Amino acid sequence: MNIWRLVFREIRHRRLNFFLGMLSVAIAVASVIAADVLLSGDRAATAEILNQKQETVEKAVAARQEAVNKAGAELQDIMRKTMRELGFNILILPEDQDLSELHLNGTLSKTMPEEYVAKLAATSIVTVNHLLPSVTKRIQWPEKDMEIILFGTRGEVPIMHSSEKKPLLDAVAPGTMVVGHQIHTRLGLKKGDRLTLLGREFTVATLHPERGSSDDVTVWIDLAQAQELLGLQNLIHAILALECECAGDRITQIRSEISRILPGTQIIERYSQALTRAEARGKAKVVAEKALEDEKAAGAITLKEEQEGRRAIEMRHEQFAAVLVPLAILAASLWVALLAFGNARQRTSEIGILRAIGLRAGQIQTAFLTRAACIGLFGAVCGALPGIAVGRMLSTSSIEGGQAAMQTGSFTVLVLVMVLAPLLSIVASWLPAMAVSRMDPALILQSE
Amino acid sequence: MLLELERVNRSYVGTAGTVRAVTDVSLQVDSGQFIAVCGPSGCGKSTLMLMAGGLLRPDSGEVRVCGQNPYHMSPDARALFRGQSIGFVFQQFHLVPYLSVIDNVLAPSLAVDLPDAHERALQLLKRFGMQHRLNHVPGELSSGERQRTALARALLNRPKLVLADEPTGNLDPDNAVAVLDFLQQYSDEGGAVLLVTHDAAAAGRAHHIVRMSEGRAEVQELLTSPA
Ligand SMILES: Nc1ncnc2c1ncn2[C@@H]1O[C@H](COP(=O)(O)OP(=O)(O)OP(=O)(O)O)[C@@H](O)[C@H]1O
Ligand SMILES: [Mg+2]
Repeated sequence: MNIWRLVFREIRHRRLNFFLGMLSVAIAVASVIAADVLLSGDRAATAEILNQKQETVEKAVAARQEAVNKAGAELQDIMRKTMRELGFNILILPEDQDLSELHLNGTLSKTMPEEYVAKLAATSIVTVNHLLPSVTKRIQWPEKDMEIILFGTRGEVPIMHSSEKKPLLDAVAPGTMVVGHQIHTRLGLKKGDRLTLLGREFTVATLHPERGSSDDVTVWIDLAQAQELLGLQNLIHAILALECECAGDRITQIRSEISRILPGTQIIERYSQALTRAEARGKAKVVAEKALEDEKAAGAITLKEEQEGRRAIEMRHEQFAAVLVPLAILAASLWVALLAFGNARQRTSEIGILRAIGLRAGQIQTAFLTRAACIGLFGAVCGALPGIAVGRMLSTSSIEGGQAAMQTGSFTVLVLVMVLAPLLSIVASWLPAMAVSRMDPALILQSE
Repeated sequence: MLLELERVNRSYVGTAGTVRAVTDVSLQVDSGQFIAVCGPSGCGKSTLMLMAGGLLRPDSGEVRVCGQNPYHMSPDARALFRGQSIGFVFQQFHLVPYLSVIDNVLAPSLAVDLPDAHERALQLLKRFGMQHRLNHVPGELSSGERQRTALARALLNRPKLVLADEPTGNLDPDNAVAVLDFLQQYSDEGGAVLLVTHDAAAAGRAHHIVRMSEGRAEVQELLTSPA
């Protein structure tokens, strides 16, 4: 016979009281653990969601970055091509040429001696690499009864000081013609067709694709033949100078060099299509960069919003737990204390007997408090699993599954609950235990 | 002297007024003595027994058990003293309801260390014809069985003084005889027995009979001299 046996016999005898105490402790413990599981589920879910968002944002930013890189690469590529192929173009015209005519009609009427080209080529102009003399006139093509621009070109005049280069524009061979889009589509021309122009016979060498400019209504032929057909022997309308190593603002320098060699000329700069394209690409790059910045900013905002949203949910749950947990603990403690009082009242007579046959007050208290500890411990054990289950249910109802559904709460909380529940139950049962152990056995026995 | 009561008095103050339960009773029981206390219902027998057992402090007068006044001790020391020196059989048995017969009998061993408690408990229960009810709880017992269980519990610690309040009140003649035989033998072996009873046959076993009336001990009859 020992106190434990006494305690367990009594528990078995008054199961309902014990069970009710245990149940209230189990509910309190379950709510503590559920709150812990919910909160740790929140933390896990937050980490998971933010990670996912971060990944998405990073992916989007990376895609934008790639676009920027691509645009940059394209721009670089086109710039390289631009520099290699065209640079910027300078048109050398007679001083008295009205530029409005060029811009309005695409034709020139004032002439200068063809020898200017040779003169220019012979001088030590290092900045200009390619020279293209030309005549151009808007004429009525009598054989076809249509208005065209006739363009005579000689291709490249080699510059003495420069090494031999592949001509930038193919010269049109004598007896052949290159036809603009508008013309060859109207006439239904194809390569190799033979045509008469101002009484001369030409073979179609090239059909230009549509360019959307006066080029579409232009026919190119050899310079000498053009001069002859137009009655402009040894005269030219313009020299196109192509500068390849364009860097910085060198137009001023080129202007002064040329006007020194060729007095009575004017020089205008014409942007090449390639440069326009490069500008467009530059713009594309800027747009891509802007999009990258926007994406980054949007990503940061999304992350921040998500973070704030999660924080709000966590706060709500924390507040809920902050109310529920103390309330559950308080209610359970009061209930356990109440049950302990009831139990003590029920047990006065047996306490009187035990005291009468020699048990000390301390032994009675031990029996009482051991019972209380059992209520706390068994209650905690029974409440733990339902607590985890409820916590997970709350977690998954506030967010979809994921990490949150896997949480069991912290081990520390579990251990703490297992220790604190019996302690709290002991504290709640303390007063009744003290009271009943101090009662006078004679009074108890006589009151029967 | 194992038990000495010297002019003890005890009144109960209740809502309906004060009752003088015991008035100026003096009594002595030596080891080896078997004393019976008789008297009509309400004359104060149980009150006297509780005072003698260190359970009810007298309003005045002196109580000494084994030369010590239990009311001069702290409650815990008094409880231990009861456990070691006094065996009680209460009129209402006072068994612990959720303990089996054997556990009830063993309950005093919670307070006092007894190496052979289990054997002695079995031996006593067998002696009182209770061996077939060892694992029953009091609720499953007849009054007589409860009474015998209470008696076995009172004797477990081999107390020097046995205070028995109507221990044969609910027993059939055979069982009553067995219990009285045992108490007689107990006093013969050196124990002091104070028996409260209505039963003339039971009282007839005692060395002395104290007759009480209205709280007073009227006559002290000498039946036989102690052995
Ligand atoms: N707790 C109490 N409060 C008030 N009066 C009491 C109390 N206990 C006993 N009495 C009264 O004291 C008197 C003596 O009671 P006691 O129990 O000692 O009688 P008894 O001789 O044992 O009677 P019985 O033979 O019926 O058991 C009775 O008149 C009773 O009414
Ligand atoms: Mg009585």
